[in-house]
Amino acid sequence: MKTDSKRCSRQASWLVFAGVFLSPSYALAGEGPFFVTYTHQMEEPGNLEITTKNVTGKPTGGERFLGSALEFEYGLKAWWTTEVYLDGQTTAHDSTVFTGYRWENRFRVLPREHWINPVLYVEFEDINGADKSLLEVVDNDGEADLTGLNSENRIEKKREIEAKLILGSYFKGWTFAENFIAEKNVRHAPFEFGYAVGISRPLALAARPDRCNFCPENFQAGVELYGGLGTHENFGLFDTSHYVAPTLGWTLANGPRFTVSPTFGITETSARFLLRFAVSYELDQFGRSARRLFRNNGVGQ
Amino acid sequence: MRRLYAVIRAASFLLLATAAWARIGTLVQQAPPKSTAVSDPFEGQQQAQLAGAKLFARECAACHGLDAGGKGKVPPLNQADVREAKPGALFWVLRNGSLKRGMPSFAHLPEPQRWQIIAYLKTLKRR
Repeated sequence: MKTDSKRCSRQASWLVFAGVFLSPSYALAGEGPFFVTYTHQMEEPGNLEITTKNVTGKPTGGERFLGSALEFEYGLKAWWTTEVYLDGQTTAHDSTVFTGYRWENRFRVLPREHWINPVLYVEFEDINGADKSLLEVVDNDGEADLTGLNSENRIEKKREIEAKLILGSYFKGWTFAENFIAEKNVRHAPFEFGYAVGISRPLALAARPDRCNFCPENFQAGVELYGGLGTHENFGLFDTSHYVAPTLGWTLANGPRFTVSPTFGITETSARFLLRFAVSYELDQFGRSARRLFRNNGVGQ
Repeated sequence: MRRLYAVIRAASFLLLATAAWARIGTLVQQAPPKSTAVSDPFEGQQQAQLAGAKLFARECAACHGLDAGGKGKVPPLNQADVREAKPGALFWVLRNGSLKRGMPSFAHLPEPQRWQIIAYLKTLKRR
């Protein structure tokens, strides 16, 4: 009986994946072309967006690395989006390691759209010191954190709670976003702060009538600026890293979105140059499809 | 006497519930008068309607159905109340959504694209 139930669950899982990946249904992915900055756009209820965010660079005195984060973003409600990240990295002449996971939740505060729209963000992350996904910059994070051996860096455990205040606005096709970040290690260490701001715009505001890959409305260009702001004991810009990153997003007519962002460090402690790139795909009404498949297969009965 | 109080309580409850329901109405009815006065710059333009159809398939069809006939609890959009609604009211709904009813905001779409969707919605007829 148990074996039957297991087999059934396995079949259902395969069906879910086959169903959603072979399904022609899709939606445009995500929240603009940003890598670090969040806008106030929430994931649509029931949609699942899968993204791989990558960053590569060669820090001074270190080896070239590729940091990766695999992101699963799901719209639970119109006002609540939840995400899980799986992080890993590979360093040349060293090793490839899994560096931990993050679970984040975003809550839209105001029911209507205003000239500025707040969203609250809460995240728990359980990563180690070898993590190089650079999904945010806080405190005195800098180029030195990207060097060293994986075997030594991964000993350091980082179980942290992170909160963000996300502010976003849309004005005449432009997207403006401002994030204020506070992070705290659950064991010790002071509160650490950071910021991220971004601005973007599609290359055309009105859509063309034909289905096309190279329509200008499929491209979004922008720039983001982010960095650390020290700790509550040592708040400010002294000895902190800051980056400026032009960014370009391109969405294909059948759904996948590609984003690339050359990133330039603008202070002494920042990495000189990083290249970020991402691929994302949004599965429309994943929740509904999964529920229907489980119901049709009698799983859980 | 006790029965009279019970009847009064039930009647009051029904009255309040009806008043609350009337106030909620449809989403389109909630649009403030100032918003409904705005007109669609693409109204009646065939190119805009075609672009709107493309955007509808991408942004709206997953919930409302490709034929806009609705799915489950999600309301159909090929109805007279949508066709006859003021474009400004539909624009207000697309901009704000309704977090309570699970309708997300589409403010992230540039304004011309939202108007193109509305131009397409106006052409829909029930099959």
